Amino acid sequence: MENPTRRQLLATTAAIGTAALAGTPTQARVISGALPWSPNESYPPTLVRPGPWQFFTAEEAAVVEAIADRLIPADELGAGGKDAGCAVFIDRQLMGPYGSNEWLYMEPPFVPDAAANFGIQSPVAPARRYRDGLAALAAHTRQAFSGRLFHQLDAEDQDRVLTGLEKGDIKIPDGKAFFNQVQSNVVEGYFADPIYGGNKDMCGWKLVGFPGVRYDYRDVIDNPNKPYTLPPVSLMGRSTKAAAR
Amino acid sequence: MTRRLPKKDVAIIGLGWTGSIMALELAKAGLDVVAIERGPWRDTASDFSITTAPDELRYAIRKEMFLRPKQETLTMRNKLDQTALPIRQFGSFLPPNGVGGGGMHWNGQTWRFLPDDFRIRSHTIERYGAAFLPENNFIQDWPMSYAELEPFYDRFEKVLGVSGQAGNLRGQIQPGGNPLEGERSDHYPTPPMKQGYSQSLFTKAATDMGLHPFPRPSANLSEGYTNPYGVRMAPCTYCGFCEWFGCANYSKSSPQTCVLPALMRYSNFECRTDSEVTKVNLSADGKRATGVTFVDSERTEWEQPADIVLICAFSFFNVRLMLLSGIGKPYDPASGEGVVGRNYAYQVGAGAVGHFGPGFNFNPFAGAGSLGAALDNFNSDNFDHGPHGFVGGASITNAYTNGRPISYHPVPPGTPGWGAKWKRAVHETYNSTTNVGAQGSVMSYRDSYLDLDPTYKDPLGRPLLRMTFDYHPNEQKMANFMMQRSGEIVRAMGAKQVSTNALRVPYTVVPYQTTHNTGGAVIGDDPKTSALNRYGQSWDVPNVFVTGASSFPQNAGYNPTGTVGALCYWTLDAIKSQYLKSETPLVQL
Repeated sequence: MENPTRRQLLATTAAIGTAALAGTPTQARVISGALPWSPNESYPPTLVRPGPWQFFTAEEAAVVEAIADRLIPADELGAGGKDAGCAVFIDRQLMGPYGSNEWLYMEPPFVPDAAANFGIQSPVAPARRYRDGLAALAAHTRQAFSGRLFHQLDAEDQDRVLTGLEKGDIKIPDGKAFFNQVQSNVVEGYFADPIYGGNKDMCGWKLVGFPGVRYDYRDVIDNPNKPYTLPPVSLMGRSTKAAAR
Repeated sequence: MTRRLPKKDVAIIGLGWTGSIMALELAKAGLDVVAIERGPWRDTASDFSITTAPDELRYAIRKEMFLRPKQETLTMRNKLDQTALPIRQFGSFLPPNGVGGGGMHWNGQTWRFLPDDFRIRSHTIERYGAAFLPENNFIQDWPMSYAELEPFYDRFEKVLGVSGQAGNLRGQIQPGGNPLEGERSDHYPTPPMKQGYSQSLFTKAATDMGLHPFPRPSANLSEGYTNPYGVRMAPCTYCGFCEWFGCANYSKSSPQTCVLPALMRYSNFECRTDSEVTKVNLSADGKRATGVTFVDSERTEWEQPADIVLICAFSFFNVRLMLLSGIGKPYDPASGEGVVGRNYAYQVGAGAVGHFGPGFNFNPFAGAGSLGAALDNFNSDNFDHGPHGFVGGASITNAYTNGRPISYHPVPPGTPGWGAKWKRAVHETYNSTTNVGAQGSVMSYRDSYLDLDPTYKDPLGRPLLRMTFDYHPNEQKMANFMMQRSGEIVRAMGAKQVSTNALRVPYTVVPYQTTHNTGGAVIGDDPKTSALNRYGQSWDVPNVFVTGASSFPQNAGYNPTGTVGALCYWTLDAIKSQYLKSETPLVQL
């Protein structure tokens, strides 16, 4: 075959032990004469399967689950952040290129105290942010709550701690940045396609009424101001239970 | 060691909209053409399959298909006396990477600029006097009129199959269209998209206010269409995955859907992917390009000799390549001299959000990148600027491009940022919120420019491009004016609560605003104030032509792609009808 598919090239790259990422082919090609075509060429995401924590320790995971459950509490509107799988989502994301800022520009010099309009200027990647933030939070709660960890506090104290982090009143290093990091990742996990480990049973999509990936809403346009009644669909189809098999 | 390839007639840098159109038309004319693209090949069935394309996390949040800052980024500072810092994660704008370029992940809003936009300097002085122009402005007339460019707008729209309603057809005002637009020689190729519930409220409210709303021109097609290159497209299904995604449905006009299937039939064309051009090579006297040097994914360096070099990358990277190659004199803000990097501009964004409360089902997920109703009553010089004290204007739009919930989960003002109250607000507000937004012009100024950064480098050790940019008082005044107009309209639509979106000052690299980065290698009639002549030909190296929004003298109150496409066909016409015969500068001084 003159033009191997990128997937085949990726397989080759993986075989020699380089970190290959789905959908990120980088092999130079010369293309001429016809549109390139190979059977079954496709770049699906990696399905997150339940199972042991990959990044978090059990203790870290318990804290992240507890935080997720205060940011998005379980109530009559649907699952909380913990049961939605937000911590599983974050655990798997931190193991990938996102966790290490692999795709970002990470060359020095760094000016971490630059004004906010310059965006990220810290060398600290998300995985490191979690590891250090969770350790600092554990030290803080142990000291302030007689040896207990965040997930061992009652809901009121948990909310007080989160508010303290958010406002910068609790003086742990980069506490505010840690709070913002966790909050944005919990929201991602609650609303991302369930294929990534969160949004269990599409609870996030049901909360707002997002039908997912149905891909054809011409009937909605033709029927203005009507409630949409079909249940949501994910990249895996209707049920996320398939992921457990 | 650099390997040398056989000479080509034409080397094209970047295979996006303009690169692919140039390649097709010049291959058709019989020339040997190579396009060198630094990203991967991408196509609908393999890369934007319906089973993988609608994935908000992967494409919109993690930004898998965009240029990765690790590969190349820019540095930014607001003012000359600041030290620029690298944009470590793209936010404010998202430069493309790979075949299709920005034309692969855009929304599809395909505007023509207004006739006054092309002579904004002369027109403003005639109507308001020279003192009305903002301080330190570099506002320039375009080197051609709207009327001269009109046939090329028409050609580009026909290749894309743009859906819309003509408002001014050969001087006759048409019902339902934009009565304030420049005169069109023909209808849009396909009828306008159907509008949603929110647009029907906007259209009624705006009409009652004496304004002139219309369905905005869309490259998400309203019906099946076969373009002049023989490529067939399908009707849009309002799936809500346009911008930042590839279209799985063959409904969004892109190089993939409109050009590449025709282009790849020419055996005198080849594309090299994952190969980055590092330099346009010049003859010893610097007056002629001899080809390009590129580096492939194995870091092997190649020389590709060529008679004509077409720089067709994204705007920033056109400018950077010219600076790195020594094509044209770099702009110096201290002296005000030099042209490459001059007149960088962007876009003003401001608007209002309306919270309508129970009983409204806007169904925001039923969206499309170009679905929306717009009005031009406050754009360009369609209104008397005298009492307001600013130059420029904005298109004002009510649109639903999508309802993807990681990014879109609006809450009313005063809602806590997390917890049970936040969750309830997200639940109640998602379906009953709509917004009216203004997309405004940005003028060019002496201190808004691009040059090479003194500190930060790319992986090949070459300096990054440095942007020096902030919003000037003229743009801030305009944004406030547009925010007020937007608020009035959304209130008239029936919103119970209105919150406003003000222009972010100082300019910030986060969050996302728009990828309408213009200028830096502008077209003009005077080589002292433009890098390119009126045909997009380098004044200094006449076998180099440059396409894209980098050639805009300043930005207008619209998305740029319609004008980028029109300028591409305009340049192409000059290459085919004049340059190939003479191989000389097309404008003699």
